[in-house]
Amino acid sequence: MSASYPPLSRKITNLVMLALTGLCTLLVLAVLLTILGYLLWKGASSLNIDFFTKIPAPVGQSGGGVENAIVGTLKLLALASAIGVPIGLLGGIYLSEFAGGWSAFTIRYTTDLLNGVPSVVMGIFVYTLVVLPMHHFSTLAGGIALGIMMIPIALRSTEDFLRAVPRSLREGGLALGASKSETIFTIVIPAAIYGIITGIMLDIARVAGETAPLLFTAFGNLYNSPGWMQPTASLPVVIYNYAISPYDVWHKQAWAAGFVLLSGLLVISVISRMVLARGKKLSHG
Amino acid sequence: MKPFDLSQLSRAHEVRFASDEPADEKLPWPQFTVADLNFFYGPHQALKEINLIVPNKRVMAFIGPSGCGKTTLLRTFNRMNETIPGTRVEGSIRLGDKDLFSFPATRLRRVVGMVFQKPSPFPKSIFDNVAYGLRLDPSIRRNEIADRVEKSLRRAALWDEVKDKLHQSANGISGGQQQRLCIARALAVEPEVLLLDEPCSALDPISTAKIEDLLFEIKDLCTIVIVTHNMLQAARVADYVGFFLNGELIELNRAKQIFQNPEMQQTQDYITGRFG
Repeated sequence: MSASYPPLSRKITNLVMLALTGLCTLLVLAVLLTILGYLLWKGASSLNIDFFTKIPAPVGQSGGGVENAIVGTLKLLALASAIGVPIGLLGGIYLSEFAGGWSAFTIRYTTDLLNGVPSVVMGIFVYTLVVLPMHHFSTLAGGIALGIMMIPIALRSTEDFLRAVPRSLREGGLALGASKSETIFTIVIPAAIYGIITGIMLDIARVAGETAPLLFTAFGNLYNSPGWMQPTASLPVVIYNYAISPYDVWHKQAWAAGFVLLSGLLVISVISRMVLARGKKLSHG
Repeated sequence: MKPFDLSQLSRAHEVRFASDEPADEKLPWPQFTVADLNFFYGPHQALKEINLIVPNKRVMAFIGPSGCGKTTLLRTFNRMNETIPGTRVEGSIRLGDKDLFSFPATRLRRVVGMVFQKPSPFPKSIFDNVAYGLRLDPSIRRNEIADRVEKSLRRAALWDEVKDKLHQSANGISGGQQQRLCIARALAVEPEVLLLDEPCSALDPISTAKIEDLLFEIKDLCTIVIVTHNMLQAARVADYVGFFLNGELIELNRAKQIFQNPEMQQTQDYITGRFG
């Protein structure tokens, strides 16, 4: 028997590994906190009530806000969800519960490819498909571009959460005389619903920050955009336009808009984590 | 349906149900009559030339080592195996005097209920778990459901433990309670047969005892077929025991006969623990 257990070499290895993993965790956290802090530091002077309630002021005048871009982003996300969520949801249900062999492979493969399409290509695609025939940029076109971008993740995350529902629950439903579709809609989907909602919320958060697909579709607007057929401002495009402008006031507002956008995404992501945790709690007692 | 002779239990293909046949013990009519049954998972044959009769309103236990086909046979009784791609059945099974395969699967499974090895409550409330099967049947009126849920929970000896938390998640109760909930859920639709696939293998001895007591209580209501690895359990609950080995039914007889004086050497070896 040696005097110390565990031996010194293992203690040292343990310490080194612990320090390394801890350092990496700190690094990741530091990046996020630095970005948030930097945005706040640079944009804080522009963050006031006007920023959320006024449309942009003409160049040279002080004040003004990005109310039109905030509303525009919300409208774009609503339209994108109306397109992407039903298709992703139903596609995910089909893929998890009904597709087999060859068709499942094809759908999964093409969905993953669609997910890999560069967002700027998606913008050009919708520009050709919607903007050119209509002869003008619109909220509609922007929403369609973001909606198509939402489909792959909504579909695959729905599929993943449905497949995670144990076989015993499906068999339990079938054994009580439920048909396959009754089992899916009354047992499998309710069992996975919190996960599915979480996946979709994170999907919305992901496209909320997309800039490239909106450049040739929603375009931008200095004023409020009524209805769905006019070009509209959106937070990511405002950040882009303001950041490349020569005016210092706009630079500050771009920082502030970045802070607002990132905070919004953080809130969505925290809420979706809470939804998932609540779902876990419900299904594990 | 006529009564039949105990000696015919494992000779379903010869049974003619003639009134003049000699019979040393009258049994109720056959619940399942299995004749020349073969079952395949793809190229693998899991059941070979099975012939047996499951008597009505009795408890029959299937024993045998893992992979011997006893669960497969149980799952052909409610055609659960049909949900697995690549499976194939040959031969005939009758439920009462009707062909098992003439039923729509969903209707058959309301007559032949099943409880699985692992307690699998739906992620719903206790009440909704038991009401699930009732709600699938449009002929059951909504205002009957609460009464029938209570009746089933009482039968499953669970009512007193859960009556104050009927609307809480079924995942919050203990494993033994969950398994009794699954039995209550299956009994709620008043099946003729209850199939149990190793229902106690995930439970502690006290919960196991409660479930065995429960089986005694409900055997007047329905035919019970139970697969178990626990030979003491088979001896305690079963009227008849079938011993399976490598997909074949080696011996089927009264439980006492199987455990005290088996005819076949393989049965003797298995129950004395020489293999398996």
